[in-house]
Amino acid sequence: MTTTEASGLATAPPGTREGARPAVGARITRMLTRAPIAILLAVIGIAWLVPTVGLLLTSLLLPSEIQSTGWWHTITDTGLLSLENYRRVLDDGAITSSLWTTVWISVGGTLLPIIVGALAAYAFAFLEFPGRDWLFIIVVGLLVVPIQMALIPIFSLYNDLGIFDTIIGLILFHTAFGLPFAIFLLRNFFVGIPRELLEAARIDGASELRIFVRVILPLGLPAIASLAIFQFLWTWNDLLIALTLGRDTQPITVAIFSQLRQFGSNIEIIAPAAFISLVIPLAVFFAFQRYFVQGLLAGSVK
Amino acid sequence: MANVTFDGIWKVYGDDTVAVRDLSLDIGDGEFVVLVGPSGCGKTTALRMVAGLEEITSGELRIGDRTVNEVPAKDRDIAMVFQSYALYPHLTVFENIAFGLRLQKVEKAEVEKRVTDAARVLGLEPYLRRKPRALSGGQRQRVAMGRAIVRRPRVFLMDEPLSNLDAKLRVQTRAEISRLQSDLGVTTIYVTHDQVEAMTMGDRVAVMRKGVLQQVAAPQVLYDEPANLFVAGFIGSPSMNLFRGTIAQDGDALVADLGEARLPLSAATLERRPALRAHAGREVVVGIRPEDLEDPAHARDPDAPRLRGRVVLREALGSEIVAHLATGLRDVDIDPEERGVDPQEAGIAEGAAVSGETPLVARISPRSGISEGEDAELAVDVSALHFFDPGNGLGISDAEPVIGASA
Ligand SMILES: Nc1ncnc2c1ncn2[C@@H]1O[C@H](COP(=O)(O)OP(=O)(O)O)[C@@H](O)[C@H]1O
Ligand SMILES: [Mg+2]
Repeated sequence: MTTTEASGLATAPPGTREGARPAVGARITRMLTRAPIAILLAVIGIAWLVPTVGLLLTSLLLPSEIQSTGWWHTITDTGLLSLENYRRVLDDGAITSSLWTTVWISVGGTLLPIIVGALAAYAFAFLEFPGRDWLFIIVVGLLVVPIQMALIPIFSLYNDLGIFDTIIGLILFHTAFGLPFAIFLLRNFFVGIPRELLEAARIDGASELRIFVRVILPLGLPAIASLAIFQFLWTWNDLLIALTLGRDTQPITVAIFSQLRQFGSNIEIIAPAAFISLVIPLAVFFAFQRYFVQGLLAGSVK
Repeated sequence: MANVTFDGIWKVYGDDTVAVRDLSLDIGDGEFVVLVGPSGCGKTTALRMVAGLEEITSGELRIGDRTVNEVPAKDRDIAMVFQSYALYPHLTVFENIAFGLRLQKVEKAEVEKRVTDAARVLGLEPYLRRKPRALSGGQRQRVAMGRAIVRRPRVFLMDEPLSNLDAKLRVQTRAEISRLQSDLGVTTIYVTHDQVEAMTMGDRVAVMRKGVLQQVAAPQVLYDEPANLFVAGFIGSPSMNLFRGTIAQDGDALVADLGEARLPLSAATLERRPALRAHAGREVVVGIRPEDLEDPAHARDPDAPRLRGRVVLREALGSEIVAHLATGLRDVDIDPEERGVDPQEAGIAEGAAVSGETPLVARISPRSGISEGEDAELAVDVSALHFFDPGNGLGISDAEPVIGASA
């Protein structure tokens, strides 16, 4: 929205020849300036897209052809394509149940750290309490603790607590390791929200919780949305934690992994399952993308 | 609605900044009191303590006979208009105004009615569905007002609500706020550094300086009888002329001896300021309002005593001429920041200040033939002179200065 306005202002007034000439030159210069970036982005886009398209087409190959035919043949011979693999995968109880497991883990492992992290970030940003700054520094320090370090201790802790191999156990692990970044990101975003807004709400009769829900959350939406995407992708694609802290609680990553055989993998299962597991975070990304808006604070205090 | 009482209020910030020092002030039910003073004198801090946004270091604050020192902001039933407006950027104008009502769980129909009423009064009806970013500065200011009035609070607090508006809109909005306040009859504390706002809006004006309350009075009283040098210099534009002199005995009569000139003290003056007699033979500061000087050719009393000087600046404003004269009189050091005149406006006179003395400023008849660079004489209305004790800066009026007098 802002960009539209800006470019509208930048355009030369219509009908003035003198005005038009430098504008063309300027446009070419601008294109040339941007060209390297545009080319780089195109290369990255293609490099990412080719294997993805390859995976999609492989997943659509006829089961009889899948071991022998390369996916690029489908571009010339569309007769090789069918939905048969997807039908089989979705009929496969093990795969669908692990998909649901992943959904639960990812939704829980995204919501919980965001809720807890946002509350903590609110406190760090706006409430006065002793040791606040030191606590925050410690939280930031936790960012660099590697997950691998915690796997074995958490494994035995979970055994003692009886939450080894449970969805809740995995959610809690993702929450614990997602929190430092969540708090760090949200706190830094929240401190940019003018204090007067909170004070105005307080005078309007709002409690801290209401200020949080009615003022801070809506204004923090861009940060929360980006955090949600990061965290969702992370938990959705996790294999390591699920392998370590689960046995029968298998998310889709583990399910796909277990389909890999030493001699001849089950491509007809792996390809569609992998594509499904790739499409869902993508859909989440596009769903949240519209919250990446700039200038949400405009008109408030200036 | 309620009265507000500051009872010996102090505010000391963590780093030992004393922002408000022993402030005692009674604000009556429905009264419009303006807190005025130079930037950094503690006005905002005082206001925020009433709002409950700032802890009170010591003293007692009462709203409607209830001590509220420990009452959180949300339970004080006050409304505040912030200097920055602080509108909720994600809510429409309607929801901004309705925010407080919704929190109070006011019925839906009632919310609708009250918000629309407030919007009508403020001329905001066409904008109710807009977000703040799509409003002009003046409209945002009115949304902030709407948010305050719709709650029907016991006290309005306003912190420089007009400072972000352009000059013309400021004058207009000033009048609107005054009218609104008297219509609603809600006790109001209004903070500004602009003495024109203070004079035009307040039932009473409280002048602050460095955290200390200097004087509280109706605007005209403040102007006519400033309690001390600070108030004298701060209130009025152009500022009061202040010069050092002595009260001297001249036969039976008393005169103010300014060195270059001697101004006789009329019987009327002495009657109004009996304490002056006690100052005979002592140093005083003599104050002359610019409008109490006149071109002798146009003065009511052509025989009035005169001050002489060279005209260093002549500003013809149409309705009057503001003349700046270098007189050689001994001036009083007053930090220009502590004069209530906008430093930018005052900037014109800077050239004159370089000469090491404050010029005598006079507002005289537009028909005066006075011209820049020439010597001129000005007639002084001696009955309107002000006198201050240079020792403590207090005005010399009906009694000996209160400070130092024990009960
Ligand atoms: N939060 C704060 N912490 C420390 N000092 C402050 C704070 N707020 C204001 N002050 C100081 O207190 C004094 C009064 O400030 P303020 O009330 O904002 O003045 P005004 O509104 O009259 O300009 C100033 O010296 C200011 O620097
Ligand atoms: Mg202020």
